[in-house]
Amino acid sequence: MPLVETIKRVTRSGLQSFVRNGWLSTATISVMALTIFVMTSLLLLNVITQSLIFNLQDRIDISVYFKQGTPEDEIAKVRRDVEQLTEVKSVQYVTPDEALAVFKERHKDNPLLLESLAELGENPLEATLNIKARETDQFASIAGFLEREMYKPLIDKVNYSQNAEVIGRLSSIIGGIRRSGAILSFVLAAVAVLVAFNTIRLAIYTARDEIGVMRLVGASNWFIRGPFLVAGVLYGIIAALTTTAVLLPVVGAVSPKISGFLLTGTNLFAYFKQNFWVILGLELAVGIALGALSSYIAVRRYLKV
Amino acid sequence: MIKFDNVSKIYNEHAVALEGVSLEIQPGEFVSIVGQSGAGKSTLLKMLIAEEKPSAGRVFLDSIDVHQIPLAKLSILRRRIGTVFQDFRLLAERTAHENVAFAMEVAAATNEEIERDVPKVLELVGLKDKAGNFPRELSGGEKQRVALARALAHRPDIIMADEPTGNLDPLNTWDIIRLLMKINDLGTTVILATHDREIINTIERRVVSLDRGRVVRDEARGRYIL
Repeated sequence: MPLVETIKRVTRSGLQSFVRNGWLSTATISVMALTIFVMTSLLLLNVITQSLIFNLQDRIDISVYFKQGTPEDEIAKVRRDVEQLTEVKSVQYVTPDEALAVFKERHKDNPLLLESLAELGENPLEATLNIKARETDQFASIAGFLEREMYKPLIDKVNYSQNAEVIGRLSSIIGGIRRSGAILSFVLAAVAVLVAFNTIRLAIYTARDEIGVMRLVGASNWFIRGPFLVAGVLYGIIAALTTTAVLLPVVGAVSPKISGFLLTGTNLFAYFKQNFWVILGLELAVGIALGALSSYIAVRRYLKV
Repeated sequence: MIKFDNVSKIYNEHAVALEGVSLEIQPGEFVSIVGQSGAGKSTLLKMLIAEEKPSAGRVFLDSIDVHQIPLAKLSILRRRIGTVFQDFRLLAERTAHENVAFAMEVAAATNEEIERDVPKVLELVGLKDKAGNFPRELSGGEKQRVALARALAHRPDIIMADEPTGNLDPLNTWDIIRLLMKINDLGTTVILATHDREIINTIERRVVSLDRGRVVRDEARGRYIL
């Protein structure tokens, strides 16, 4: 028999049983949709976590205060040296005048403070370099670099030591979030996959006698397996499409709240829309692979007649 | 040619289904296997399509040892044998028409052949009007006739029927037996397991009598004597 005809028959038979077992199909699709929903949520959660970590990291910096009267070109030289370090992400130079302006702006409601500043006559603030590291655990080595002998005459203080504890703690929190996030994602994904797999297994369990009969009537294994694979793939496709259809408005509604609550500045909805086809593709891939593979494995047991 | 060579099926010492059965069936023969319930008729038939494995001995179909065929290749053997199971074993989710068509699809019949033959075969067993019904909507006798139609449809070399008239009234019974004999006349080997004395005594064909797993009689024009 030509292969095309076999494929046609197998497909037709798969579609037929899909429709005739409407309730079973619906139940299986629901469970698979939940699985894909969980996995997509984990993906989005990961995006939020990443941006949260990024935000936290972005808020941490160390400041180098230069002694009063340090010439600008000396400071620029230090800046260049620091920028050479691979650990350094960015360096921001704040002149004493800029620092003063910021200070005045920040304390404009405190006339006493401003008065005493005016009484001082000169600008007491020092030139500063604000340094950000690529990773939070790299601040120590940057601070170490700045404590070298050659910089001693120029630098008043580096505020790392005061902040070291906080930075260290943040660093371990970030590491913790990453690790536990990965483990949690893995566990939840595994649970979701197992639930979907077992649902399909149960669906096929109800057809075990039929599979036996087909074998005894002389159907080849692929002729028996084919319709179940077709149904499995169909479950996956419909589940993926359903999930996306549900998720799109949900993310749209939840996204502003998340951004507001976590102050991350990440627009989850924008991310979702931007990566829509990639996400849908992933969901389809997960759905189809899960449906087909589960069916394949589940049918195999009953082919041993 | 079908050959059972010293076949035994022993579940345990209290349950011996077959013991040292040797039997040859030539192409085109009509053989009835008779015996009381529990004599081993069904087990013997199941051996031929490798649904059951013998504890000892070998079963050949055209000099191929049936039980040496790997699982994945068994389908080729089974397509050569049309089986009417004692418990029908219809596909519950398919209509009578689809059940018969399935056997033909499996045997690689073309769509035209299926469209042409399935209604014919259903008519032959008197179920033309029930083609669109699911097994659950059919009576025991109707299911049995669908099972027979399925076994016939793809024109196998051998038809193996395990109590195919067990659920039929006398009139239907004789229709089915006449049908089997007609198919046999056209060259198909027929193996019929039954405990219906009247059938056996009327058709005057070869009878193999089983008693507690042993062949106790094998006569070319046998009668039902136990």
